[in-house]
Amino acid sequence: MKIKAYYDVVIIGAGPAGMAAGISCYDNKASTLIVEREERIGGILKQCIHDGFGVIEFKEKLTGPEYSERYIKIIKDKNIPIITKTFVLNVEKKGNFKLTLINPKEGIFNIETKALILANGCRERTQKQIFIHGSRPSGIFTAGTAQYFVNILGYLPCKRCVILGSGDIGLIMARRLTLEGANVIGVYEAKKHPSGLIRNISQCLNDYEIPIILSHTITKIIGDDRVKAVEISEVNEDMEPILGTEKIIECDGVILSVGLIPENEIAESLNIDIDKRTKGPIIDQNFMTSENGIFSCGNALHVNDLVDYVSESGRYAGLSAARYINDNYERKFISVEKSLKDFAYIVPQYIDIKSIKDKVIFYFRSMDIKENVKIYIKCGENIIFHKKYRYLRPPEMERIEINLDKELIKGEKSIEFIMMEG
Amino acid sequence: MREIICILCPNGCYMKVANTNDKWIIKGNLCTKGRKFAIDEIKNPKRTVCSTVKTRYSKVPRLPVKTDDDIPKEYIFPLMKLINKVVINKPIHSGEIIIEDVFKTGVNVITTSDLFYLLGTEEDG
Ligand SMILES: Cc1cc2nc3c(=O)[nH]c(=O)nc-3n(C[C@H](O)[C@H](O)[C@H](O)COP(=O)(O)OP(=O)(O)OC[C@H]3O[C@@H](n4cnc5c(N)ncnc54)[C@H](O)[C@@H]3O)c2cc1C
Ligand code: SF4
Repeated sequence: MKIKAYYDVVIIGAGPAGMAAGISCYDNKASTLIVEREERIGGILKQCIHDGFGVIEFKEKLTGPEYSERYIKIIKDKNIPIITKTFVLNVEKKGNFKLTLINPKEGIFNIETKALILANGCRERTQKQIFIHGSRPSGIFTAGTAQYFVNILGYLPCKRCVILGSGDIGLIMARRLTLEGANVIGVYEAKKHPSGLIRNISQCLNDYEIPIILSHTITKIIGDDRVKAVEISEVNEDMEPILGTEKIIECDGVILSVGLIPENEIAESLNIDIDKRTKGPIIDQNFMTSENGIFSCGNALHVNDLVDYVSESGRYAGLSAARYINDNYERKFISVEKSLKDFAYIVPQYIDIKSIKDKVIFYFRSMDIKENVKIYIKCGENIIFHKKYRYLRPPEMERIEINLDKELIKGEKSIEFIMMEG
Repeated sequence: MREIICILCPNGCYMKVANTNDKWIIKGNLCTKGRKFAIDEIKNPKRTVCSTVKTRYSKVPRLPVKTDDDIPKEYIFPLMKLINKVVINKPIHSGEIIIEDVFKTGVNVITTSDLFYLLGTEEDG
């Protein structure tokens, strides 16, 4: 494929978000290029060999590779331009955006684009970001790295391990390692509640009698070259270890599943506003960031638990980018207000009232576990949406779709999300 | 009474299940699939198994596979033994059967990724 000097839209990342964005840009007649740093497209789904993907998108329970290969097929059939093994080094705003890229074939080269979609996914928190005493022997892996070893390379990274943190990848790996013959001693979670989905606690831990130990953390890793044991302690309400509760557990591996954060190096280099809660860019309902012409979707925007919504966000970002190319764009914002006590986050954070065309989608998470609550959306004195929820749980992202009336919203400065008991 | 979490869809309904006088009383399921899941879960719990098989290609050392339907839980580890004996030595598409009718359940183990694609070769080229 010959790389052109200019594209209407360039998409960084060819995971489910980037693929969906690319397809919708292309379908809406924008000249499109997808850039992927790895040799194979598909993003993190390549290594997620378990099933449970696509129940919303395809009404079927698919594995990660099956889900992503459906999108890969569409991209191939439509012949959407894509370059792999290519890393985006730098983005500069010079009227349009000037990208500096590098790959083995072209070396360092430049591309200009009018719109840029950040679909570069998220990264895992590592041991550097959490505080554990002791040496740094081998045998400590993030859950995603362990997943890569087992599922892509076919190599069992440990025989007897503990899992720190109850994120979904850790739960999935507890089951996977057990199936491959490793002994998973337990999942230790510092918080009072698991951070992964309940169905994963059930099918990954309970099915295999792997205990989850809440309000506990690793306080020390023991071993010189290789992990020999860990010290586990109970923690108090403030997550500080309680002296005297230490226990030593022998193991040859520690799997960290302590959270994911949006990859936002590029966003930060462009001084795009970042939401402290999501750790991804602040956007409007068109998935456009604080910088005109830059869009964000998928896990680069906020960490999703369902890939189906990742694809949805990519599709909207792609459609919006294609519209942006043709429109003379000027935005006027109103904010989406919420109580920080009730909501962990709401995306989008702003509504651009000039471009309200069709329905608006909100994604949100509650701060705590809530039973029997109602969510209202208020616009001035009008209640424009309400719904009852049997449960709201922080690990489960919720989605709301509403039609915003341009006339109704005109004079307002904000719309407000309200959570009420009962 | 038993507490069962339905794993069939992302809702993950939390169900309370009781059987009195041969009648099932199930609460908490948002749809009828949950009811069937709960009864199966007590009578004969079943799961889909996902894993990988070896290939002889160094570029793609493992190919992902799954059972094309749920199998009884007690077959999970015996099946893992069978899966870990398989070696793929020619390119194969996604959805092709690699182990047929496991333990006479009528369930097959199928590939979930396209080895032609992963190896970067075309089928007829
Ligand atoms: C272990 C695990 C288990 C999961 N389980 C489930 C599940 O059971 N069900 C479910 O529905 N969802 C699940 N998810 C969630 C879902 O897989 C992810 O939310 C989804 O893959 C995110 O898609 P994405 O496109 O945003 O990011 P990714 O898939 O991470 O793709 C980002 C892409 O961007 C590329 N990239 C990054 N930086 C650059 C750069 N500078 N230049 C070029 N390219 C770049 C990367 O190489 C990558 O290919 C799981 C996720 C994980 C990690
Ligand atoms: S009962 Fe229905 S809605 Fe609830 S988890 Fe099962 S399949 Fe999903």
